[in-house]
Amino acid sequence: MKPRTRWEAVCTVEDLVPESGIAVWTEEGPVAVFYLPHRLPALFAISHTDPFSGSNVLARGITGDLKGEPVVASPLYKQHFSLRTGVCLEDDTVRVKTYPVLLDGNQIRLEVRANQRESVAA
Amino acid sequence: MSKKTLIVIGNGMVGHHFLEQFCASPAAAEFEIIVFGEEKQLAYDRVHLSEYFGGSTHEDLAMGTLEWYTEQGIQLHLNEQVTGIDRENRTLETPRGSYRYDELVLATGSYPFVPPIQGNDRPHCLVYRTLDDLDAIRTSSEGARSGVVVGGGLLGLEAANALKSLGLEAHVVEFAPRLMPVQLDSDGGALLRHKIEELGVQVHTEKATTAITEGEDARLRMNFSDQSFLETDLIVFSAGIRPQDALARASGLDIGERGGIVIDNHCTTSDPHVHAIGECALWEQKIFGLVAPGYTMARTLAAALNGDRETAFTGADMSTKLKLLGVDVGSIGDAHAQTPGARNIRFNDEQAGHYRRMVISEDGKTLLGAILVGDNSHYDTLLQYALNGITLPENPETLILPESEGGAPALGPDALPETASICSCHNVTKGDICGAIDAGCGDLGSVKAETKASTGCGGCTALLKNVVDSELEKRGVEVSKDLCEHFPYSRQELFHLVKVNGIRTFRTLISQHGKGHGCDICKPAVASILATCWNEHILATDHVPLQDTNDTFMANMQKNGTYSIVPRIPGGEITPDKLIVLGEVAKEYDLYTKITGGQRVDLFGATLSQLPEIWEKLIAAGFETGHAYGKSLRTVKSCVGSTWCRYGVQDSVGMAIRLEDRYKGLRAPHKVKMAVSGCTRECAEAQSKDFGVIATENGWNLYVCGNGGMRPRHADLFATDLSDEELIRTIDRVVMFYVRTADRLQRTSVWMENLEGGLEYLKQVVLEDSLGIGAELEEHMEGIVGTYQCEWKTAVEDPEKRKRFREFVNAPSQSDPVQEWTVERGQRRPVLESA
Repeated sequence: MKPRTRWEAVCTVEDLVPESGIAVWTEEGPVAVFYLPHRLPALFAISHTDPFSGSNVLARGITGDLKGEPVVASPLYKQHFSLRTGVCLEDDTVRVKTYPVLLDGNQIRLEVRANQRESVAA
Repeated sequence: MSKKTLIVIGNGMVGHHFLEQFCASPAAAEFEIIVFGEEKQLAYDRVHLSEYFGGSTHEDLAMGTLEWYTEQGIQLHLNEQVTGIDRENRTLETPRGSYRYDELVLATGSYPFVPPIQGNDRPHCLVYRTLDDLDAIRTSSEGARSGVVVGGGLLGLEAANALKSLGLEAHVVEFAPRLMPVQLDSDGGALLRHKIEELGVQVHTEKATTAITEGEDARLRMNFSDQSFLETDLIVFSAGIRPQDALARASGLDIGERGGIVIDNHCTTSDPHVHAIGECALWEQKIFGLVAPGYTMARTLAAALNGDRETAFTGADMSTKLKLLGVDVGSIGDAHAQTPGARNIRFNDEQAGHYRRMVISEDGKTLLGAILVGDNSHYDTLLQYALNGITLPENPETLILPESEGGAPALGPDALPETASICSCHNVTKGDICGAIDAGCGDLGSVKAETKASTGCGGCTALLKNVVDSELEKRGVEVSKDLCEHFPYSRQELFHLVKVNGIRTFRTLISQHGKGHGCDICKPAVASILATCWNEHILATDHVPLQDTNDTFMANMQKNGTYSIVPRIPGGEITPDKLIVLGEVAKEYDLYTKITGGQRVDLFGATLSQLPEIWEKLIAAGFETGHAYGKSLRTVKSCVGSTWCRYGVQDSVGMAIRLEDRYKGLRAPHKVKMAVSGCTRECAEAQSKDFGVIATENGWNLYVCGNGGMRPRHADLFATDLSDEELIRTIDRVVMFYVRTADRLQRTSVWMENLEGGLEYLKQVVLEDSLGIGAELEEHMEGIVGTYQCEWKTAVEDPEKRKRFREFVNAPSQSDPVQEWTVERGQRRPVLESA
């Protein structure tokens, strides 16, 4: 059974930086939200935590594409992570968590696990 | 088994090279090695001796280090002269003791020949051979106005250059009717003379000195056989060399009629346990006064001591290519057409000052020799034809004609046989290079490291690069210059596209000249190019996503995701008040504080959201950003200079501040470091920087393309005795030329090593303006200097830019949970489990 989730509003369109990332705080911890206006879809969300260093820095990496795959490069040790799947291109045994993301009016929402008390259906 | 003893007498270039070769061979394990050197210094590069007056020190010229000798277990006895050899008992004597040997190597070199002229032993009559000689010349030059070199050969002209660099009026007196009589013919000699006289050196040919007496207007007077005379304050004899064979002679070894220790093809003398190499050795009645043949002898002997009887010394090519007082001179093979039936082709352009002569065989098929004056660009090609006996083209004159008159392009590397010698200093053939590539060397740098090619005199750099590129290409290794998968261009080409087409954003560039969306390779590279060309704020909306995190947040990210802050402290000069502010800010934010190597203060542990607040305080106290995060000028290190130091000859701090203020903020392919020393003691370590400035009595000496760090490189002396304005103009040009032509993340040292034509080419472009771009480079630099802004000042004043510094955009009070701290030595430092 799919765990209960909810769409948490994390920021507005004005907070986004085109072709780059920002970090937001969610109930699941820090998440990096990327806005690539020249792609479809244009929004991506992955864990902000760099698995190689344990530090919360991925939103501050450089975005781009490698062989068509949208990626962010870790600003610490420069590994690339797919923004679609979270898989590390240099070591496919490593992956970061990805989050469904949507634009709701002016709000950016992420699908995160709902805690005990709330239950907003997906 | 007790070890045998190998003794080497002489610690010059050849003696040192022998030790390098021998210590790397299996036989080294069987021997204790003892080395005696008459001079007090470790072996040094005598070929570049004249650079000693240009600011180079013994350390710069040293061939090896004491550590190396220690590591090899060599007993080094410097400043200890061997006084006798007892071959019967296999012992030798020095004033300090007696030593037994099993094998003895004589690498005693040569001594300068002083013609038997009455008065040649007067004070201020000197020779030019060792560092001690140069010190004596320097001492004698104090209070002197003019100096004469007796001898117009290769070394004599080097010596004249040395006198000139000491600020003396320099004269050359030559017995023969022309300069460099051994290497040049009369036309070549005449052109060389003309060029040298233009440089202010007075040349007197066909002069035989009969006596040296006391002068009237100067210290000395030289009387010539034609009754004329010349007054001068000092005389340097450079009339050739004689083999230093006194020890060998006294011990009864076979000596040639005109001197020199007789050796066979394996460099062994008439005593099977005594060997001789270098300029003291006589092989088939010939002395070899160049370093390359000496090295070949050293290698031959190392092989022989390993039982290798195949390797033999079979003579050496005496071709030379050099730059004397800035004038190219080349001489190849039978330059004087002494081969029966030899024919000549001459090209003489008096307007341009170029003279070229080819000596070809009677059948017109092979090149026997050549002479070049004024332009050595044809040397490599001609040398390859001569050395390898490559059949000449149908119209051989095309080889020396200018291209505009139908001259042939240089000989392609493909045309060279496997046996072609590419680097004569280290005896590396084209075959060796191919072997290194087949063994896995994939680029120029690794071929150089593997084969040592081009690490001697460096004359073969361009040829080596061509051979390596061509061989890599043949093996299907694509020598791709593409920046990344998004741009099929090199950084230099992209720079050109941006500049010429006035492109101001990454988006425009990639849509017009690239594909895809970019990556972490091309984005920062293009950001740097855009910054150099247009100098807009790096956090302008279009540029933000292009920057590495350090540039985006204008601080240096550390392993736990926090940042360090380095305010600019130009020249390392700081007031107590500003120092107190740094302390107060560090205390308030609990920042770990460390002094950097660049005379600045680094404050560690600031979170993203603290950065703007901290900078507000620093800016209020008068600090600017230090660009420690950028591929740009870091710091200009300085010593305290003439203001305080009793040795200082110029205000090094003042110049360092001036340079730092001028070049701060400039975006470059990689970081750029500079330093200014106030005297030759070089306390600021300027020769390890991209741009090093060392004060002289008359101004500044400029060194370029040095590097510390992982791959240290001594900077090259680029120009001497510059005024403040000349210094800045010269740096402007070199920096701008580097910024425009270097590859991405290429430091100046590697850039220089890969620049075709190397240092000489760079000098031509910058000092002689050979490309005619000098004014444009200066103008570009002026534009950048004029539009400088402190990036942090602009950022803290702009609310939009400040928004970027929120740790979590939706939770301003949320701190980063992984940043845990502990205290060590009284300061805070991160705890990281996964680190």
